Amino acid sequence: MRENPVLINPIKRAYLALESWFNMSFGTEWNPMYHLGTLTFFLFWIILVTGLYLFGIFHGSIDGAYDSVEYITHEQWYIAGVMRSLHRYASDAAIITILLHLFKEFAAGRYHGFRWFSWVSGLPILWLVVTLGITGYWLVWDELAQYVAIGSARLLDSLPIFSSSMTSNFLQGQMTDRFFILIEFLHLLGQPLILFFLLWLHVKRLSNVDINPPRGLAIGTLLALLVLSFIKPAVSHGPADLSSMPTVLQLDWFYLNAYPLMDYWSEGKTWILATLITVILMLLPWIPPKKDGPAAVVDLAHCNGCELCFDDCPFEAISVQARTDGAKYEKEVVVDPALCASCGICMGSCPSSNPFRQANEELKTGIDLPDLPVDKVRTMTKEAVLAMTGSANILMVGCDHGFNVNQLDNNETKGVKLRCSGMIPPTLVEYALKNGADGVMVVGCRHNDCFYRFGNLWVEKRFSGERKPILRGRADRRRIKVFGGAETDKTSIEKELKVFRNELLVINEQIAPSDQVDGKELSDV
Amino acid sequence: MFDFKNKLFRYFLQAVNYSIFMWLIWFLSTSPSYRQLADDEAVLTISFAHAGEIREPCHKRTQKELMKLSPNMRAPMDCTRERSPIIIEVLLDGAPMYTHTAEAPGLFKDSGVDIYHSVKVSAGRHNLAIKMDDSVLKEGFNHSFNQDIDINPAQILLIGFEFGQGFVIK
Ligand code: HEM
Ligand code: SF4
Ligand code: SF4
Repeated sequence: MRENPVLINPIKRAYLALESWFNMSFGTEWNPMYHLGTLTFFLFWIILVTGLYLFGIFHGSIDGAYDSVEYITHEQWYIAGVMRSLHRYASDAAIITILLHLFKEFAAGRYHGFRWFSWVSGLPILWLVVTLGITGYWLVWDELAQYVAIGSARLLDSLPIFSSSMTSNFLQGQMTDRFFILIEFLHLLGQPLILFFLLWLHVKRLSNVDINPPRGLAIGTLLALLVLSFIKPAVSHGPADLSSMPTVLQLDWFYLNAYPLMDYWSEGKTWILATLITVILMLLPWIPPKKDGPAAVVDLAHCNGCELCFDDCPFEAISVQARTDGAKYEKEVVVDPALCASCGICMGSCPSSNPFRQANEELKTGIDLPDLPVDKVRTMTKEAVLAMTGSANILMVGCDHGFNVNQLDNNETKGVKLRCSGMIPPTLVEYALKNGADGVMVVGCRHNDCFYRFGNLWVEKRFSGERKPILRGRADRRRIKVFGGAETDKTSIEKELKVFRNELLVINEQIAPSDQVDGKELSDV
Repeated sequence: MFDFKNKLFRYFLQAVNYSIFMWLIWFLSTSPSYRQLADDEAVLTISFAHAGEIREPCHKRTQKELMKLSPNMRAPMDCTRERSPIIIEVLLDGAPMYTHTAEAPGLFKDSGVDIYHSVKVSAGRHNLAIKMDDSVLKEGFNHSFNQDIDINPAQILLIGFEFGQGFVIK
């Protein structure tokens, strides 16, 4: 299940480097790479609000459009003009955030397997946004709009859909009016409605979806766009005139790049390129195919219907229903295998995943991963702890997607690799400490960048008592550390490990030797 | 966790990032500018919709032919629907500019044809000669146009074809 190392590594490395740069500048909470989807939503709100304002002044006819936009830009520059600029620049910014979002999901390997749906439903959004920009530029009915209109007509004419040539009709001044109304309808209503539907679809398989970026990031983005609107207000070209061809155009390359390509190549080749890119991107989740592990399985004999797993599942794979096995509890949970990412986070949420239970038999829990069950996790943990012989032994619990903890294995450090750090029930940490580990360091993905969305976050919250199941009071907090890191973060993790070990040595010294023996005694639990 | 200096440094880095972001939008929203035409160029566009003539003339059915048809189909005239292809040749200042043969589209080859061709030319005076053959029944090119045209820089000179009038400058 590892990524194809040849294909992914340079891209992933580039992405991780970019992410590190942003972490350095913004911190992990405001890192824009962690909020590209929500940032795009935020830009859409800006576009919607400014668009509504402009709609109030805009004249929606081919004769009035240009003049009304001129009025917006020059007469009422201080409000309407700024609104226009914001409308344009937020749209441009959305292309940047969408492309970065696409790049990030690809580079981080978050596009195949169970994520095919998010990926495939994202692509039409990109195209829709581009066409939304195109109709937007059309409405100004200046020379640029004329270029866009004729270019679009040529693009459509090259397809065997329409019987009569739109380009001819345009040039002869027929249809231009009727078409303008159609474009207006599309831009103001049709396309935005489809967009919102697609966005809803896009995040449908995710739970706890946040659509608002952190406030600091939102304010920063809005300010940047506002400043830009004042120093470079958006302006129109000369009015459209179908009897002459505008010589020089100030193109918006975010949206209108296909048209010069078409001038340079041909309509047909432009279509072929666009289709090729789309098909390749669409098929990407299946080249090569990726199989997730088997779906989580519920064992009602150990489930009390507490719904903690339901709350924690990041992919809407768990639902709650009325009890079916006659047990005294009201509810039970079911897993939809088609949605399950096999992340194991639910196993970590289940109060039954307590390694102190069923000490001498196979440990069973309410919800578990068939290929990495809690019993195996307990065994791996115990073996790792007992294998260490140093004076400050640290158990590192890592995951399949962040830093590979086994890289640092030695006589005083041992790694246990789970699928996701969210698989860790807090009682497992207590168990490791009781069995003789001097410290437990949880190394999931980078903070706020969990491959399974929330694994590392839930662990932090369970440990800090903010989220059930919580780490109990008797666990020694000083011996527990959470520190996320990616494949490329070996240096900083080693540094953190060293600091932690020194702290543990000090703590160990403070404790009387008899206490220590007491701790080791429990290793048979 | 961060001292003041560190925090200040962070804000500085953020400012750098926002500046890159703004610059990217500033630049790509209008630049590089795109030149469609040189200053002394213009556009000559030939664009019209036209249906070729019916391929075969109607013919009066003989009594024998009529009897072969079922009673409800016994129309006295037999007219096929297939149309002639359109052949067009355009010469600009004596040099070939555009030659095109368009078969009548449609399942029964009975629909009209859209001709669209657009070229950049230098502004000024040109001689434009167009010949069109829209009937297999008539020998050679049965429509023609030959005229000196004046075209201004950036102008789109549109040549159309009107039924009854032939080629026209629009
Ligand atoms: C307007 C455009 C888009 C918006 C507003 C948007 C927004 C979002 C949001 C809010 C999420 C949820 C993130 C989370 O809560 O963890 C998401 C996830 C995702 N998006 Fe997009 N998206 C857009 C376009 C795209 C495109 C073009 C692609 C790629 C083809 C894409 C691929 C994905 C993938 C793979 C995920 C899944 C991430 C996960 O499971 O953690 N999105 N998107
Ligand atoms: S394994 Fe992950 S995706 Fe599947 S049910 Fe459990 S929490 Fe949800
Ligand atoms: S967390 Fe465990 S006990 Fe609670 S509902 Fe899920 S499976 Fe059942």
